[in-house]
Amino acid sequence: MRGLLVLTALFVAVFGKVTFEGDQVLRITAQDAKQIALLKELPEEILGLDYWMSPSRVSLPVDVHVPFHSLQAVRAFLAYHQIPYHVMIENVQDLLDDEQREMVKYRSFPRSTDDFVYTTYHDLNSINSFMDMLVAENSNLVSKIEIGKSYEGRSLDVLKFSTGANRPGIWIDTGIHSREWITPASAIWSAKKIVTDYGRDPVLTDILNNYDIFLEIIANPDGFAYTHSNDRMWRKTRKPNPGSSCVGVDPNRNWEVGFGGSGASSNPCSQTYHGPSIHSEPEVKAIVDFVKSHGKLKAFLSIHSYSQMLLYPYGYTSTPAKDQAELHELARKAVSELQSLHNTAYTYGSVITTIYQADGITIDWTYEQGIKYSYTFELRDTGRYGFLLPADQIIPTAEETWLALMAIMEHTRNNPY
Amino acid sequence: MASTGDLEPTHYPARRAAQVALHYLNTHHGSPFRVFGLQQVHKASAEDVEAGGRKYKLDFSVTDWASGSAGPALRCSADVLFPRTERHSAPDVKLRCEALQQINRTAQEEEAFYQKHITPDSAVSARDIPDSYGNMSEEMQPFWRLARVAASFIMLRESSENTEFNMAQVASVTQQESSEEQLMLEFVVLLHDLPSQEIVQWKLLASWSPDRGVRVLQTEWQPRCPHATKPPN
Repeated sequence: MRGLLVLTALFVAVFGKVTFEGDQVLRITAQDAKQIALLKELPEEILGLDYWMSPSRVSLPVDVHVPFHSLQAVRAFLAYHQIPYHVMIENVQDLLDDEQREMVKYRSFPRSTDDFVYTTYHDLNSINSFMDMLVAENSNLVSKIEIGKSYEGRSLDVLKFSTGANRPGIWIDTGIHSREWITPASAIWSAKKIVTDYGRDPVLTDILNNYDIFLEIIANPDGFAYTHSNDRMWRKTRKPNPGSSCVGVDPNRNWEVGFGGSGASSNPCSQTYHGPSIHSEPEVKAIVDFVKSHGKLKAFLSIHSYSQMLLYPYGYTSTPAKDQAELHELARKAVSELQSLHNTAYTYGSVITTIYQADGITIDWTYEQGIKYSYTFELRDTGRYGFLLPADQIIPTAEETWLALMAIMEHTRNNPY
Repeated sequence: MASTGDLEPTHYPARRAAQVALHYLNTHHGSPFRVFGLQQVHKASAEDVEAGGRKYKLDFSVTDWASGSAGPALRCSADVLFPRTERHSAPDVKLRCEALQQINRTAQEEEAFYQKHITPDSAVSARDIPDSYGNMSEEMQPFWRLARVAASFIMLRESSENTEFNMAQVASVTQQESSEEQLMLEFVVLLHDLPSQEIVQWKLLASWSPDRGVRVLQTEWQPRCPHATKPPN
């Protein structure tokens, strides 16, 4: 038996290469001293075995990295002598690839948006450089517009995807509540998706040949910076409130329609503080000014997390929106598309009936401005991880959300008004 | 603005009541290897009762987060009574779930976990579980689940028709000495209330053993910053 083993190993070793593809790590549990002795007799060098834990005593497991070309021989040997084992690592190369990706993550300067790591959460600097790279790589399709400055003086940037002048537009914003990290993470992926699919996907190409898409990835940069530096759970802006030691205004309670109602708080220390006055927050005012001066936005999609919901107006009143039937049916379709990918269950309906009464919210204002297809998304999950959604869910979330966004954009394109 | 009669199962009145039933379920059946989450509300109704409370009748399904995507859904029904008193008092829950008794497949893991940490020199101490990026080590998972179960006692107690609690993060876990064959753990947990969007911090002392389950011995609300708001109730 041993002779056969050696011969096989020699034969295969001649054709070996320097890769760990298909290599496995086995954990062998010898049952008695005789089995330990047998293991010790295995020709390590010839087989290319690398013991992580060498055979010594019966009570200790034997961990061994077995190259792919020796696997069959080693497993046959173990089976023949009835030595129990199980596979600890199915493919060593996979593990090394993972590690390599982890290391790439910590590279400070990806050189292109193909180099960028979409499977991790980024900080403001990294997101800003992503936007600049995307524009540089796709300058015929994407430009960056500054629509204003935050309270602390940060630029409020919007990516404009456009193939022609004087087009009606579709608006998407993420990150208005700074702790909702999954939202800008999804937006980054979506931005890359748009430039990749333009000219390839007929539906998106048709949309972009008729509409501009505006994407504000970080609508609240001061809050976002604060979630990195001080408090991961920060939601509001960072503007001080005179007469109070509490900072910040809820940028999704600061809008004109329904302002100051019971679905917001008048307490500056509250997470839903509506602010001293309508549009008092520069982050909100910048969007208001943009919407008014553009004048031809036809869909407005404001993206939040968490709860897995697709919501339409109103939040401040239970009076149904004039277009409720159409908005409801479109929501149903968009949610059905979303769910088709990873079976993620979403709820949909008006804000006030589905999640809670909320006064002075973005989409109530945009709807009243005449932007019929005004929706708020609440992305994954439903409370298990909440705001701290594991990074491995970024791409699945972005992918499924994209299907819902496409459904709404496609409907907007096909139903001009 | 209360709804009586049949409720839309996916909307918040039914969902909040179902979440209360979930908190109750976890206080009774949660462990380091079992935490239940709401999967879906199938049917719900509400009615006013004497003494001014409101009772919700619910038909819903739950899944065990610890069994990953492989886990089956359990069907449950519950009556959740929110009392109407001057000062807040905890909701009352009557709950029935099918096949609960049959779930003892975690007994081995629980025993191994217990033995590993009941030793005198075990002194587990950790912060921010999960971390800002949602990362949580394998080793910390059972402690996260224990915190989630212990937090369920607080979330159940603090719930009303106007709250919807989840545990946002375990700020810290510190193992305490114990002379009673119970794991003793001090947790600081951050709870998130959806309607108010507030993050509420609680320190709590909990014990656990495979035999006795989770018990919460002390709870203390903690301010998060000098002028933090009090909890919703």
